[in-house]
Amino acid sequence: MNEKIIEFDRVVAGYSPSLTILNDLTLDARRGEITLLIGPNGAGKSTVLKTLFGLLVPRSGEIRFEGRAIGGRSPRSLLAEGIAFVPQGRNLFGSLSVLHNLELGGITLPRGALAGRIEEVLHRFPRIRERIGNQASTLSGGEQKQLEVGRALLLHPRVLLIDEPSIGLSPKLVQEVMGLLRALADAGTTVVMVEQNVRTALKYANRALVLETGRLALDRPASELLGDPDLNRLFLGGAGSPAAATAH
Amino acid sequence: MSRRQTVAVVVGLALYALLPPFLKNYGVYLMTLLCVYVMAAMGLNLVVGYAGQMSIGQAAFFGIGAYHVAILMKLGLPFLAVLPLAAGSCFVIGLLLGFPALRVQHHYLAFATLGFNVLVYLVLRNEQGWTGGTFGLAGIPRPTLFGVELDGNLAFFYFTLASTVVLALLLAWLLRSPWGRAFAALRDNPIRAESLGVNITAYTLLAFAIGAACAGVGGAYYAVLVQYIEPSAFNVPASLMMLLAVIVGGSGRFFGPLVGTVVVVLLPEWLRFAQNWYLMVFGFAVVALMVWLPGGVLSLADRWRRARR
Repeated sequence: MNEKIIEFDRVVAGYSPSLTILNDLTLDARRGEITLLIGPNGAGKSTVLKTLFGLLVPRSGEIRFEGRAIGGRSPRSLLAEGIAFVPQGRNLFGSLSVLHNLELGGITLPRGALAGRIEEVLHRFPRIRERIGNQASTLSGGEQKQLEVGRALLLHPRVLLIDEPSIGLSPKLVQEVMGLLRALADAGTTVVMVEQNVRTALKYANRALVLETGRLALDRPASELLGDPDLNRLFLGGAGSPAAATAH
Repeated sequence: MSRRQTVAVVVGLALYALLPPFLKNYGVYLMTLLCVYVMAAMGLNLVVGYAGQMSIGQAAFFGIGAYHVAILMKLGLPFLAVLPLAAGSCFVIGLLLGFPALRVQHHYLAFATLGFNVLVYLVLRNEQGWTGGTFGLAGIPRPTLFGVELDGNLAFFYFTLASTVVLALLLAWLLRSPWGRAFAALRDNPIRAESLGVNITAYTLLAFAIGAACAGVGGAYYAVLVQYIEPSAFNVPASLMMLLAVIVGGSGRFFGPLVGTVVVVLLPEWLRFAQNWYLMVFGFAVVALMVWLPGGVLSLADRWRRARR
């Protein structure tokens, strides 16, 4: 089993004092793995990523990255630590060119390092190189997602948080994006992914964490869950008691 | 900017520079005044159009710049020494105001900046020892540039035009730099920008302060153009006029403030044939323009391009 790189220890967080989404949530993600967060709407999957990335401040509990507490730190400082986030939906700045979007992704890098990092990304995504001077809004859905991921990779993150990467993509492009995430994880990047397209995502993930009402309901290897005839029930809610989380 | 657009800008600028010798003094004055307001509106466009914030306080910075020049030049300091002081003071005051004010957004920020404008107006009106109060400050000298006096309207026009071009080039450079892209990112989606590590507070504050400095520069030129200033020129209606210029021209478009200022400054003059009705005609013209072209005059080009496809 790989070393734990991200840990949530009894984290409580939400969007307002009256709206608590994460309820004493305890989970972890391991180095070089794809950890898939699944569960019904409102279970707190995206909230986990937002809280981890500092967009929400936990009300209690502790979030640790490589053993150090990071709860409440700003996104900017977490980026510097090596945690990158690709939020849900279209994340590009449509009025800017592809190159300018990439440059924005490297805004925290020293000036001298940016050109080399952009070249690395373009080497990985030749299709993006072809469209480098185009306005980002003119890219196809798949190209946009490649650019979003490429932009996040500019900072050489050790942890990539990605929220619903398959939204708006054709099945073929979904496979491409998932393949890319798998390759990243195999190269040592830890990926924490929220995805509604569960069956496809499970094929590429190492572990699946099922959330229900802000708690961890189940923690199982992805391959095992993929073969579970009750997968749809798990995904729609009703995975069992929190005790099941530690079952495997 | 495409080659065709560059040629159009150069030709337009050349025509603008060639026109004043054929005009009467009032015409030259209006063309100089237009340059002055373009400087302030370009700064406001950075705040409203690029950084996505709302400000109804630009005239306050315009006034601070103007009074800096008026007071310090009357004490004998040269314009070129006072100008950076005026810009710098407005930049610092912009930072000081922005730090608390930018914690709120949209109409709340609009009211915060409006309150600041009223406060500055009251200070200008009541601090008579410095500002002359409602009587204002008269006898502001025109600048001397490396021994050349710019007393003549034509000479001062060319000096102001050249300064406006320099300021525009500086802003163009800024907008093409990573800072400019960060401003655009803030306007498009602050959360996305934050997820990339854009320091939202710092960049918004910077845009606000640079916008204030541009207004300070505009105010400095205004003081030496009119050679007499009094507080009412820097009250809320002037801020609304500058905001109108940005929106009418095309907020977030580089040449939007230029086109908008032409409409806001020159259109009322062209409508003077309507005598007592001219402001009403102007009001209706602006309402019609906003209904028909909510993206500003420059959005007409986009419409035309879409129609051709």
